[in-house]
Amino acid sequence: MKELRDIRKYIDPRLTILNKRLKNIKRIVAVASGKGGVGKTLVASTLSLVLAERNYKVGLLDLDFHGPSCHVVLGLFKPTVIENKGVVPIEVSGLKFMSLYNFAGNAHLPLRGEDISNLMIELLAITLWGDLDYLIIDMPPGTGDELLDLMRLIPRARVLIVTTPSLLSLATVRRLVSLLRTQGVNILGVIENMSFNDDVVVKFTRDLKLKYLGRIPFDEKVEACLGRPKDLLKTKFAARIRELADELTRQYRRASNTKNS
Amino acid sequence: MSVELGETLHEWALAEAVVDTIKEFMSKGEISVIKSVKIRVGELQNIDLNIFKFALNELLKEASLEGIEIHIEKDEVMFKCRRCGCEWRLSDISLEEEELETIHFMPELVHIFASCPSCGSCDFDIVKGRGIWIEGIKGY
Repeated sequence: MKELRDIRKYIDPRLTILNKRLKNIKRIVAVASGKGGVGKTLVASTLSLVLAERNYKVGLLDLDFHGPSCHVVLGLFKPTVIENKGVVPIEVSGLKFMSLYNFAGNAHLPLRGEDISNLMIELLAITLWGDLDYLIIDMPPGTGDELLDLMRLIPRARVLIVTTPSLLSLATVRRLVSLLRTQGVNILGVIENMSFNDDVVVKFTRDLKLKYLGRIPFDEKVEACLGRPKDLLKTKFAARIRELADELTRQYRRASNTKNS
Repeated sequence: MSVELGETLHEWALAEAVVDTIKEFMSKGEISVIKSVKIRVGELQNIDLNIFKFALNELLKEASLEGIEIHIEKDEVMFKCRRCGCEWRLSDISLEEEELETIHFMPELVHIFASCPSCGSCDFDIVKGRGIWIEGIKGY
């Protein structure tokens, strides 16, 4: 007779289920930046809308816990949670959408590191995305808890970096890239937002051996389209994001061809 | 927050997480026959234990693991204020039904609704009593 063993473990079961929840998602793109205010949310939301327009199955996850705002772009005005053996993302404008906004509305969120980590694990463990071609994640700026947890929990996520041509932004991108590279994260490239036709970002990406994914000039018409995704898709901004989507899908196709060959 | 209910609640998602963890634990070969599992459930998550136990039993059956004894212990919440050091419990504050519902999904969102009963600060730690943990496994 074998001896009865009493194993004391402190296992967080949410960490086990997390990979199962993301299993049927083909491509995960985290939209990140060094600084805030460079247009991550708009790039992430519009990229999601553009991919959905092309009949890809797309999810958009807002991981900017201190300042979630994708719902503003999408025009959601009422926090809603749909429960069914987990939490089902909201369907809006052809996307599956998940954000703390769905739970907390516009309430202030005074959260410290451990809380952020727990919230992220909880959200990833209970959200039922189902089959997706793309999950686009809107990250908070910088290299804080959410980014560290992204690398820990979803190491296969690829990172799309958004920057303005300002040296203030580029200085922080340099730090971000350095961190991502030391951790072996795949960087899709850099998109230049609010561009003013200077080559500073082109040179910057060349120096850092990063893929330059194109420039988006400041489009003053975008602000009036917030909350109206159909109108947003008619802007010049969205036209540039379509080019970005072309480039990303090409990159992914090339990567999968290389893998298969 | 409005909640639309499907056929089953998110207690199922948590039960599924526990059962998958048990399966993974067995597949790693650390133990081949599991007799009992001890689960600690944080008071803050406000889990409906009847639904949770029912879901666990159903999912264990599906995984051909029926017969494993499940022991569930509740872990009382303890908060500690970072400003004045005051420690308090969930029963020391009053929360609305809808607030409890929000916390049920995301325990950390208690930071929206609660503040230190001594100094009013919203900067506090959840010292214990949040999520779900597998604390002990007995078997051969």
